Formats: sequence, structure tokens, C-alpha cells
Amino acid sequence: MSIAIAVGLLTAAAVYLFMQRGMVRIVLGFVLASHAANLVFFAAGNTAYRGVPYIGSGELGEQADPLPQAFVLTAIVIAFSITMFMVTLAITTTTDDDTEDVEVSPALLLAADRGDTNDAGFFGLTTESGDIVVERGEDETGDPWPEKTPGATAPEPGASAEPGTSTKTETSAETQEGDAR
Amino acid sequence: MTEILPPLLPLAVGIPLLLAALGVALRKKRLARHMISLGTLAALFVFAVLLVIATGDGTVLVHQVGLWDYGVSIPFVVDALSALVLMIMSVLAIASVLFAMATHEARARFFHPFVLVLMAGVSGALMTGDIFNLFVFIEVMLLPSYGLLAMMGAKLGAHGARIYVSVNLLASTLLLVGIALVYATAGTVNLAELHGAGKDDPAVALAGGVVLTAVAIKAAVVPVHGWLTRTYAMTSPAVTALFSGIHTKVAIYVIYRIYSLLFDGDERFLWVALVITSATMLIGVLGAVGEKTTRSILVFHMISQIGYILIGVGLFTLLGLTAAIFYLLHHMIVKASLFLSTGAIEETYGTGEIDKLGGMLKREPLIAVTFMVAALSLAGLPPFSGFVAKFAIIQATLAESHYWVAAVAVVVSIFTLLSMLKIWTGVFMGSEPDDLQERALTYQQRMHGKRYLRVQAQAETPTLTIGPPTATTSAVLAGKQAVKVPFKLIFPAILLAAITLFFGLGAELLMGWSETAAENLLNPMDYVRAVSGA
Repeated sequence: MSIAIAVGLLTAAAVYLFMQRGMVRIVLGFVLASHAANLVFFAAGNTAYRGVPYIGSGELGEQADPLPQAFVLTAIVIAFSITMFMVTLAITTTTDDDTEDVEVSPALLLAADRGDTNDAGFFGLTTESGDIVVERGEDETGDPWPEKTPGATAPEPGASAEPGTSTKTETSAETQEGDAR
Repeated sequence: MTEILPPLLPLAVGIPLLLAALGVALRKKRLARHMISLGTLAALFVFAVLLVIATGDGTVLVHQVGLWDYGVSIPFVVDALSALVLMIMSVLAIASVLFAMATHEARARFFHPFVLVLMAGVSGALMTGDIFNLFVFIEVMLLPSYGLLAMMGAKLGAHGARIYVSVNLLASTLLLVGIALVYATAGTVNLAELHGAGKDDPAVALAGGVVLTAVAIKAAVVPVHGWLTRTYAMTSPAVTALFSGIHTKVAIYVIYRIYSLLFDGDERFLWVALVITSATMLIGVLGAVGEKTTRSILVFHMISQIGYILIGVGLFTLLGLTAAIFYLLHHMIVKASLFLSTGAIEETYGTGEIDKLGGMLKREPLIAVTFMVAALSLAGLPPFSGFVAKFAIIQATLAESHYWVAAVAVVVSIFTLLSMLKIWTGVFMGSEPDDLQERALTYQQRMHGKRYLRVQAQAETPTLTIGPPTATTSAVLAGKQAVKVPFKLIFPAILLAAITLFFGLGAELLMGWSETAAENLLNPMDYVRAVSGA
């Protein structure tokens, strides 16, 4: 029963976090969701049996089922690696930990602070002249970042929405971006 | 041969993994990486052909990994279906890798290793006889895919990669829960031992339903298809072609396998599959109507085609399964060919938007013919494999008196043809936009020139084609010569288009194999007997 309640709570919290806009929160949601799945596995092995699962170490009826534990171990490793990858996706992209429109990614900020055009270029942020472009939303005013960026040219919102360019506005909802491509 | 092959089955997973590691180690040796990758894929293809020959008479090859006894071991099992799918997938992987080499994407240090790990996962997922192992291999397949998508999508932003990873992780978590429930209710995860469990016990059927739902998300079946159109159009054409032929199709394979073994083709749930597949066919094709780029149209069609392929599950008759398996194999080839031929235009002219292209028939006649062949095959016109596939599917639905499904299939074919005509008129016919050449030059410089510009100390003439500037480059720059799609970019699409023509004219051959595969699905006792050794 306690496992069922724990699975329910974890899943509810995970679903709540999935609904958030920030990528990091979504990642945390997945951490909780995979815990829920692992607990389901434990329940599948019947938690009433808790003996050491070695042959000859006790009554067969008492011994725990080692198979679900092996499954969970595998699942944890996989979930962990994907979580790490998602965290990376949350920071190493063009703007942000995500869909919040005016945030700027840590990677870009670091590159801009160093005046490092190479790094910014790696993320597709440089113009042809080699300037770093900080992506901005249309409705954004008084954002400090363009001033701090050496030689930055903020793209025209209209012009930057043109497909095929390496810059794009982030204000449009994801849906529109998906459609635009 | 049936004695030599089974012990070699785990090698189809092990060798690509090992060579992927080698590929990572050879960081400065690009040529060696190309050779390793192509060589491994070619070897995998040859191995798959041998498996197809060995399983052609309905034999099921089994290897208990580690020679453990049945019940303890994790078996590798190959029947006609897995062998056929593996064969076609290795062809696709070769074509996509050739395309990626032509676009120079494959120069990235991790490209080839990722593809090899991906293929290792595919081999494993197709061969394993254990449902938890299946989950592991699907993850092995997905992890490098995340890498490929993020790597190639970097120029377009990471939204595609984020959606892709999130949706797939959610589906994987659901799959894991489903497998846990199957284990809890049936007490085993061995597919052979699970045979018929879903038919006899409603609790196992429910657990199997969770597994099937999770796999359906990965197969992009309506109503859980939204992620596909949002992600596949947001990476490079080579990666789209590779994924289109592999990921959703492995999921479809799993659906067939699980319904055949766990549910033993239970007739009570067939109507569910028919309703879902009809919706998938219709919604996919209608979604394509509103799209404006070649790739997004093709991705929507993919969803619609997935509906056709899954009709076989809804019928579960010999005719239906044969037709569906034929359709699956035909579709993987044709779709990849379409992605690669339009992708060649996209990679050269910098856009896949129909409005911004035109007059390609005159400019690129070879691509036009290749596209035409694959598009007509997709729509189901003779003499290509699509005609045989669609004809057989519709015949199978009529044989079971599901007239409305047949009607949907016919109507959807017409819409498919219309969509293909939309691409045809928009991209290949009509007049060439004035800024086509200029746009192509800008695009080439942006995509490929930067690196060389940097290396060559801001060379005076920015490089235009991929690679160091040549005499041709400056001629094009000076406006003396038109931008053209290089043959190496068209070749993979031609290869696949030729295969669809071959399977259209020689449908007998593929149909025979598909029928053997269908018989195996229909009588899973052969599978069970082979695995249990009884």
C-alpha cells in the first residue's frame, strides 16, 4: 500500500513538473517519474519477501525476488544517463533553459563575457561578420545583455524570423516555430 | 547454415558496439571512421541476408546467450520478420550514411560511432526474445539518436531535440511501468513464456496494453503522433531519413511481435487497432495538407503510412499480415528515398519551402525522376512496390469485410497522391525563383563556409561548396556557373528508388518472404517451441 501511495505521489508531482515551462523542471519531473517506475518494479517483485536471495541461505518462500532489483538497477543507469543529457540540453542551447522567452543561455553568456566568437559560433549564434548575436524577444525592453555583448547586433525581429538563418526570435511559442519549419 | 548462424546472433550487437568505440578512438582518422562505419553496415547487411535465407522456410533461429538453460537465459531469436526488417534497415543505414558523407555531416567525430551504436540497438531490439531486454535495446537505440538529433539540429536550435528526448523518455518510462506490470501479473518477461498470457488473463492483457501504448507513442500512432512532426523536420535530412526508417519502424515491429506472442492475436481487441489505424491514416494525410515545406509534408505522410502498416494488426489474418509486412518493408525504403531526394535539394539550395523553390525539373532532372518514382510508389501506382503493397492491404481488408477501412485506405491514397503533386508542382515544375542561386550561395557559405573561412584566415573568396575553394567554386561565385546538386548527394536516393522499382516488378520475391513472416506471427507456437527447445 505504501508503495502504491508513493508511486501515486511521485507520478502526480512528475506530471505537475512536466507542465512547467523551464527545461530543468521538466528534467526533475522525469527524475520523479523514473522513481515511480522503479517503485512499480519493486512492487512487482512482492515486497513481502525480504530474505537474502542466495540459494541455500534461507527458506525459498522468504527470499526476495532478485530479478526486479536487477531490472531497476538497469533502469536507473539508463534514466540517469538520459537525465544528464537532458540537463545538457537545458543549458547548451541557443537561449535558455527554455521556453521563457527573454532568458539567455548560460553558455551564451559565458561566451559573450569572454568575447569568444568561436564558442558562440558553435552554437550558431554568430552572424556572417563574426559578431555574436544575442537572441531576443520582440517585447523585450531594457534587457542588459545586448549592451554587454561586444559588437552585438540585435537581429530585427522580422528579419530574424526568416527560415534558414542561424538566428531566430524566441518569443514565438514553440508551436509556431515547429510550424514555421 | 541454421547451425552456424544462431551463435553469431549476439555479434550483430557486439561488433557494431565495439567498432563504435574504435571509431571514437580514431579521432584524427576520418577516412578510417568512414570505412569502419560503411564496412560494419555492409557486414550487417550481408549477415541479415543470410538470416533471411536461413529463415525463409519459416525456421526460427534461437541462441540462448551464455548457453544458460531456457527459463534463465535471455534468448536471441530471429524469425523471418526480424531478419527482413534488419536487412532493409541496414540498407537504409548505408544510404543515409552515404548521404551524410556527401553533406559532410559524417565528418563530425561522433557521427559514425552514433550510427553504429544505433544499429547495435536496432539489431538487439529486433532479435531479443525478452521484453525487458527489448526495453534496454530500445534505449541503446535511442541514446545515440538523441546525440545525432542534437548534433545535427544545433543549427536550428534545440527545440526539436528537447521535444524528442522528452517524449521518448516519457514513452520509455511508460514502457518500463508496463513491463513491470507484465512481470507482476505474468511472472516472467520472456516472450516465449508469455505466449498467450494476454489472451487468458485480463490482468496481463491490461499490462500488455500499457506496453503497447508506450510503444505506440514511439511509433507515432494517432493520437500520440504530435511529437514526430515537430522533431523530424528539425534536424538534417540525412538524420531524418535514418530515423524515419528505423525508430518508428522498430516500434511497429514490437507491436506486431507483442500482439502475436503476448496476446496470441486475440480477436477481441482487433477493432481497437482498426479504429486507431484508420484515424492515423486520415489525420496524417490531412495534416500534410497545411504544411509548407517538403520535409514536413513527408513527415505527416509518414504518420498516415504508419496507419496502413498497422492495419495488419487489426486484421490478424494471413493475407492482412502479409500485406502489412510487405507495406512496412516497402515504406521504409520509399520514405527514406523521398527524404533523401528532397533533402539533396534542401542541402544544396538551403530551403525545403515549396514557395521558395521551383523549376527543379529543368535544373535537376535526375532528382526530379528519383522523386517521381518514389512519390508514385508512395501513392501506390504501378509498377512500383507501393502499388502491390496498397493493393494487398485493401484486398485483405475487403476479405475480412471491413469495407469502411478499405474506403479510408483508398481515400487516403488519393490525398497522398495530391500531396505528392503539391511537392511536384511546387518544387519541380513552375518557374525558378529569381533569388534561387543567391539563396543557395548564402546558405552554402553559412553552413559550410564558416569553418573554412576561419581555417584559411578569412580567405578572400568565401568557400561556396563544401570543402576548400576550387576553380568551380570561383566560377559559381562569379555567376558563370549554376549551383547544382552534386551526384553524390543524389546517389543514395537513386539507390533506394531502384529498390522500390525492383520490389514492384519482382513483388513475388518480397511477397513470399512477407508471407513466411506472417505465418510465423500467426502461429507463434513455432517461435515458442524453438525458444523453449521443447
